[in-house]
Amino acid sequence: MHNNFIYHHNTKKKLLILLSIGAIAILCHKKTIALHIEHLWTHLWISHVYFMGIALIGVFFFALQYATQAGWAVGIQRIPETFGYWLWVGGITGLLIFIGGHHSIFHWTHDYLYDVQDIRYDPIIAGKKSYLNLPFFTCRTIIYSILWIGLFVKMRQLSIQADFVKDRIKMYRKIKKYAIIFIICFAITSSTVAWDWILSIDTHWFSTLFGWYVFASWLVAGLSMITFCVTLLKEKGYLTIVNTNHLHDLGKYLFAFSIFWAYLWFSQFLLIYYANIPEETIYFIERMKVSPYRFLFFSNIIINFLFPFLALMKQNAKKYTAFLKIVSCVLLIGHWLDFYLMISPSLLKETGAINTLSLGIPIIYFVAFLHLFFKQLAKKPIIPIQHPLLQESKYYHN
Amino acid sequence: MYTQRSETKTVQHYLLGIFRDESDALRVVKRLRKNHIMIHEVYSPYPIHGLDQLLGYKKSRLPMAAFFFGLLGFFLALVMQYYMLGIDWPMNIGGKDFTPLPTFIPVTFELTVLFAALGMVGIFFLISHLYPFKKPLLFDEGITDDKIVVVINLYENKQPKILLTKMLTSFYDRT
Repeated sequence: MHNNFIYHHNTKKKLLILLSIGAIAILCHKKTIALHIEHLWTHLWISHVYFMGIALIGVFFFALQYATQAGWAVGIQRIPETFGYWLWVGGITGLLIFIGGHHSIFHWTHDYLYDVQDIRYDPIIAGKKSYLNLPFFTCRTIIYSILWIGLFVKMRQLSIQADFVKDRIKMYRKIKKYAIIFIICFAITSSTVAWDWILSIDTHWFSTLFGWYVFASWLVAGLSMITFCVTLLKEKGYLTIVNTNHLHDLGKYLFAFSIFWAYLWFSQFLLIYYANIPEETIYFIERMKVSPYRFLFFSNIIINFLFPFLALMKQNAKKYTAFLKIVSCVLLIGHWLDFYLMISPSLLKETGAINTLSLGIPIIYFVAFLHLFFKQLAKKPIIPIQHPLLQESKYYHN
Repeated sequence: MYTQRSETKTVQHYLLGIFRDESDALRVVKRLRKNHIMIHEVYSPYPIHGLDQLLGYKKSRLPMAAFFFGLLGFFLALVMQYYMLGIDWPMNIGGKDFTPLPTFIPVTFELTVLFAALGMVGIFFLISHLYPFKKPLLFDEGITDDKIVVVINLYENKQPKILLTKMLTSFYDRT
């Protein structure tokens, strides 16, 4: 009844074409890499954070359905679930990027900042040493990764086992237990990891809602990726269980959380704008006044807020695969841009205009992400055939 | 044994079919629609699944009204603030421009929501003919309790009343 996903040769070919586009784009910029290695590390770090977030939101979305006993998403559950495999790849490559480029990405990793004798001594950064130091930072990142990967692997194992065992209710309850643990962990770590991975790049600057802001951006990116993959698979004839009601819900998710993202973005901006304290406004001056970012800064709001707000407002717009596919693609690009604007202006200053290098790396990440996704999706049934709420999802009506 | 499953009543120029059971009411509505009889309204103490589709209601245009009310609130809020702080009484707040757009956004947002919400409620009352001092036409007291009432406007339909009454009351257990 439910045919499993087959990773066709055709799909592979398409991904390969995309991969070569990315590779050519990077090769076009050979000179910059040779001259400024920071560019490479910065763009790698942006894509790393972005795709790690999408994978995490996938697992979070999956866990949320179990924790809230929601039935509607059972038909599409395997898609966010499979995103979790990226946590392995992302975790390891992230660690490699960190080892290779920590001096380029994180200013606070330089020893001279903490040396009172040195002329480059920075009392503010030195004051943060108890939290921002290399061993503690590395430990934190590794602990987070182990927590996420461990809980994901456990939930995925149980979810696959649940396709075969007799007592499916017991399995459901077991996954629910781990899902709740994951959500609690993620609630804390999503904030702290945002401080570590992104906020600490602007070591002098801080924002108290930064964790939520990053979470919101990740959430919209993750939901766009889920929607994109669902529409992609639906167009190929898989996921027969998914109808307009499910798509409508995904559309509502995108619509609502795009507004939520804008709310947080604006809350952060308005307070800093109004208080007008130089050490805080520097963050926005770097983004609004510096020439390569000025245009991107304003298009960020238009793409991520105005566009989905107006495009998804009508009920019919949320119901059709073709339309949702376009919107989710735009939002995927938009939130990559959001992360670009979080990281690049602080590191590359005026030289950080979008070029072929900064476009090539996310393309390669995207291809790698999709390849892993398709490969893992093909291994297991595309629909959890024994899920106790599968019938509810099938006859779901909103 | 014969049980009375529905009764009819005439109020002014309206013919009512009063039902205890929702499935009976649904069956009758289906029958009336099939014979192209205009149904004035169906009253029910609780929502009945599938009734909206059977009555062939068009999609509500209320969201559209909400959007335009919101748009009105959005512009009114901006104009108000520009007039107050830009023209009528400019104030120097923290050395900023007299009319700084970002600080206008929270008020604009609130007024957009207020206008959309109140406008939607207002227009809903208007199209439902609910306004002050209106004497409500209560077709049957059972509407407020446990009865489902199908109302037919006799002026709108050419069929004889006897035929309509029969359609509202006769049930074949086979169907």
